[in-house]
Amino acid sequence: MSYLDDGYTLRSWLTTHDHKRIAILYAIAITGFFFIGGAAATLIRLELATPAGDLVSHDTYNKLFTAHGVIMVWLFLIPSIPSVMGNFVLPLMIGARDLAFPRLNLLSWYLYMGGGILTLAALFLGGVDTGWTFYTPYSTMFSNSYVLLTLTGVFIVGFSSILTGLNFIVTVHTLRVPGMGWFQLPLFVWAIYATSAILVLATPVLAITLLLVAAERLFQIGVFDPAYGGDPLLFQHMFWFYSHPAVYIMVLPAMGLVSEIVPCFARKRIFGYRFMAYAILGIASIGFLVWGHHMFVSGQSMTASLVFSLLSFVVAVPSAIKVFNWTATLYKGSIRFDAPMLYALGFVGLFTIGGLTGLILAALAVDVHLTDTYFVVSHFHYIMVGGSVMAYFGGLHFWWPKVTGRLYSGVWARIAAVIMFIGFNLTFFPQYVLGYQGMPRRYHAYPPEFQVLNILSSAGASVLAIGYLLPLVYFAVSLWRGERAGANPWGATGLEWQTASPPPTHNFDTEPAAPKTVYGYDAEADARLAARGAPASTERAEA
Amino acid sequence: MSTFGARILASAGQGTLDPSFSLLAPGASANAGRTDALFIALLVLCGGMAIVIATLIVVFSFRYRRHAVVDRGNQASGESAGEIRLEIAWTVTPLLIFLGIFAWSTWDYIRTTRTPADALPVYVVAKQWMWKLQQRTGRREINELHVPLGQPVRLVMTSQDVIHSFFVPAFRLKQDVVPGRYTTLSFTATRLGEFHLFCAEYCGSEHSMMLGRVVVMMPADFSRWLAAGPNEPGLAERGFALYRSRGCSGCHEPGSTVHAPSLAGLIGRTVHLQDGRSLVADENYVRDSVLLPLKDVVAGFDPVMPSFAGQLDEEEIAAIVAYIRSTSDASEGRR
Repeated sequence: MSYLDDGYTLRSWLTTHDHKRIAILYAIAITGFFFIGGAAATLIRLELATPAGDLVSHDTYNKLFTAHGVIMVWLFLIPSIPSVMGNFVLPLMIGARDLAFPRLNLLSWYLYMGGGILTLAALFLGGVDTGWTFYTPYSTMFSNSYVLLTLTGVFIVGFSSILTGLNFIVTVHTLRVPGMGWFQLPLFVWAIYATSAILVLATPVLAITLLLVAAERLFQIGVFDPAYGGDPLLFQHMFWFYSHPAVYIMVLPAMGLVSEIVPCFARKRIFGYRFMAYAILGIASIGFLVWGHHMFVSGQSMTASLVFSLLSFVVAVPSAIKVFNWTATLYKGSIRFDAPMLYALGFVGLFTIGGLTGLILAALAVDVHLTDTYFVVSHFHYIMVGGSVMAYFGGLHFWWPKVTGRLYSGVWARIAAVIMFIGFNLTFFPQYVLGYQGMPRRYHAYPPEFQVLNILSSAGASVLAIGYLLPLVYFAVSLWRGERAGANPWGATGLEWQTASPPPTHNFDTEPAAPKTVYGYDAEADARLAARGAPASTERAEA
Repeated sequence: MSTFGARILASAGQGTLDPSFSLLAPGASANAGRTDALFIALLVLCGGMAIVIATLIVVFSFRYRRHAVVDRGNQASGESAGEIRLEIAWTVTPLLIFLGIFAWSTWDYIRTTRTPADALPVYVVAKQWMWKLQQRTGRREINELHVPLGQPVRLVMTSQDVIHSFFVPAFRLKQDVVPGRYTTLSFTATRLGEFHLFCAEYCGSEHSMMLGRVVVMMPADFSRWLAAGPNEPGLAERGFALYRSRGCSGCHEPGSTVHAPSLAGLIGRTVHLQDGRSLVADENYVRDSVLLPLKDVVAGFDPVMPSFAGQLDEEEIAAIVAYIRSTSDASEGRR
């Protein structure tokens, strides 16, 4: 009996301990938050189509970009790949029946929903205007908006992150199927493992920071506000000590996902498997030591700036290694261009541009000009949206048949991938130019010479929006009358494909054997099959 | 820089607040050329890397598409020695390139932050949502900064409320303006004209209205402009008046009966503190000593100074700092 048939009532879903059902709960909530955050972005782009601040008031504009940031970072990006896909496939990939702590997993979801609803309540009661970064002393002493409620929401969501991270760590350590060593783990498992370590180590610092902001706001205790003897830079150090690693929380799982998709559709083992795993660990650990590159013009000491600049160049090396390895995996492959592969290749392209512009920002002399301009906005959107969101869609398309047991329209899925890729570049590439020209971020109105590029960006955003809405349609059609998928429609090697689609409640009817090698694809054999005229679908049935 | 050199630079064209579109407005400060050169070099390097990677992906995708008849032999099942060599190569090469960029950009950065001793000081106080600036002569400006061409200028900045950021895109420079301390920004303008001044750190409702302009003038015009201002006492003179009226002189003058350190020529001097630390006195040190006198007590003195927090506003503190700095300038002049 599939997990989907194990109870149809709302109660059976809201009290489930099954990691797969909890993943679906997350997916539904996250999709909702994604479109709310996206609606805020739509209004921002509409406002910026003209230089005058004429569509909404400046206070409304400030609340819109704050809402966009808070929702997208904490309610969408951070939980997206780990909580949806990690939850669903991590136990399957290591041959486990569930996560180590199924009840804790459900608690995580309730904490996430509780925090998320409080945050949304703050936004709908009147909003918050501090920016997602809550810089002090603005957030503690000057903002007249729902700062405390938002802080509370984010604080609670943080505990969901910590519990989920802890659950994943214990699961990977203890529940691997007998015989599965660390270097037989799929890279997605490595990535989720490293991400979990960051979640557990960094999120408590965010919680402490937010508590101090709340305490200063309530009791004027003087931690961050110099008027009471505090230090506003202390806040920035504490905030970025969490929020820079948080960038890796958002992008490492995406890297892991792409490392699943590229070998599967190139029919080739991933190039440099061990180096890929080490690169993940390298990024996760060095990522803790670069937070000060957000503060080059903040007034921190020059020595600090030099050290953080150097370390920021060093942390770029493992990311470069990953890009080279994905590219090399294609070499001598037998490449198919199904939708997941298009999203994965889109990720590699956009992540590369985002990463390279990160190098430009790590260069102190240039960062002094570029920081707090649209160059930075564009840079992190290339990583977060071009990278992580593209990979999230890649993962959705890759595992959709496993999760639902049904196929979707391959043609429409590919069209959506292309539209997203083009729309994304149209939206964000002009922002790089705007940034070098000097347009500051978080500007409600701007001098008229910036209008041309802003119009291009807003026009691109409308293309991007179509790309994001399309999957809602063809996925709905797939649920309603999609073709049955079979256990392994892509002929993939991971253990998650060795059980039925959708999987039974306890994942495997018989415990799977640990695979001898990870990514045991054979491009030659695949090409021979293709040469004999075997269509991909026949091979899928055989696989 | 000589006036003659400044004229040559000025002939490169005047900056205006031109609302028409241009891809990259030319820089207007001594460091802008260096920053642009580094940026363009990085753009070529990063663009080159992006193109190489994109080309490889496209070529591999086409050449090894599923139905292509092509040699796919040599599919080693493990990591061969060649593969490991390749991995090491593409780990070490980027690292070396990155270290090269780091060295270049750090060199530029250190040059940019170095301030010539004769830099013209301007005191800047930011508040929601305006810039208040004061020249050494006491001439005040709001949302406008007049500076002479070719002469180094040093801004000493603080904020009355939240964090702001002083950003002049044409100078390719910005510096956050933080409440509770001084931050400094120095530059030498190399083009005549008017340039945007933006607040680059989000500071509340009217953040995007916190705009101003920097006007770069010929040195002679600048002198005339300075002299034409309302007849106010110079900043240091105002500071000296405060130094007298607020009672600083009662303890810090050499003839005083209270045992307090002399402040003459303080800025730039190495100060040894009671707790064993030593520091080079700068504007922040003076500011902290006025507001938080127990923070850095000079060795050999009792911590008897009262705090002036809440009794002096930012502009008054700036005046006192300017006065104390003027005593350094005077003592240097004598040497």
